[in-house]
Amino acid sequence: MKLLYFASIRQRIGTAEETIEPPREAATVGALIDWLKTRGPAYAEALKNPKLVRVAVNREYVTADHRIAPGDEIGLFPPVTGG
Amino acid sequence: MIRVQREDFDLGAELKALTEGNPSIGGVTSFIGLVRDIAAGEKISGMTLEHYPGMTETQLAEIEAEAQRRWPLDAVLIIHRYGPLKPGDQIVLVATASAHRDAAFEACRFLIDWLKTKAPFWKLEETAAGPHWVEAKESDEEAARGWDR
Repeated sequence: MKLLYFASIRQRIGTAEETIEPPREAATVGALIDWLKTRGPAYAEALKNPKLVRVAVNREYVTADHRIAPGDEIGLFPPVTGG
Repeated sequence: MIRVQREDFDLGAELKALTEGNPSIGGVTSFIGLVRDIAAGEKISGMTLEHYPGMTETQLAEIEAEAQRRWPLDAVLIIHRYGPLKPGDQIVLVATASAHRDAAFEACRFLIDWLKTKAPFWKLEETAAGPHWVEAKESDEEAARGWDR
């Protein structure tokens, strides 16, 4: 599973991209984020406020209950500020 | 039509290309977003726009398709830049062309409102105190929700 981080979340975690194999119980986006937060203080800090984390699976916005699959590309980022 | 690019753009050339060869177009509306030199009372010396390559294009195409569903548009153009920018630089262009002005005006406003809350871009502003990420505005969310159906 490929994870991509952007903007402030990328800076806090310290990497733009990583390939991971989350445990089986991390079956939804919400559970994946909870598991990521256990990987270290940088993850916990970057993802602490669910209101400030947007998630895209395969480049489409999803909500926390969305089920994830092994080949998914998952983007985690703060609310967007373009335009 | 969607373009995500580092390079600047020329409004006149873009609008000419947009309408050329289609005499059924009766009106064009365009919006250009620029880099301001002041934000929240702080002097901005520059800005870097980050985006999510691939998703940006997907989201902009969906926003364009939604505008096409809602209004009778002959042409739509969205250009959004990324990379380092300076105050006064152009960031984004939205242009809509239709037989009549109402559709062109409304769709242009819709496109920029939706783009601001859905297209995955992030602004990093450079100030005297150092760089900081721009926070999303509730007023932008409200403007986008105003178009919900």
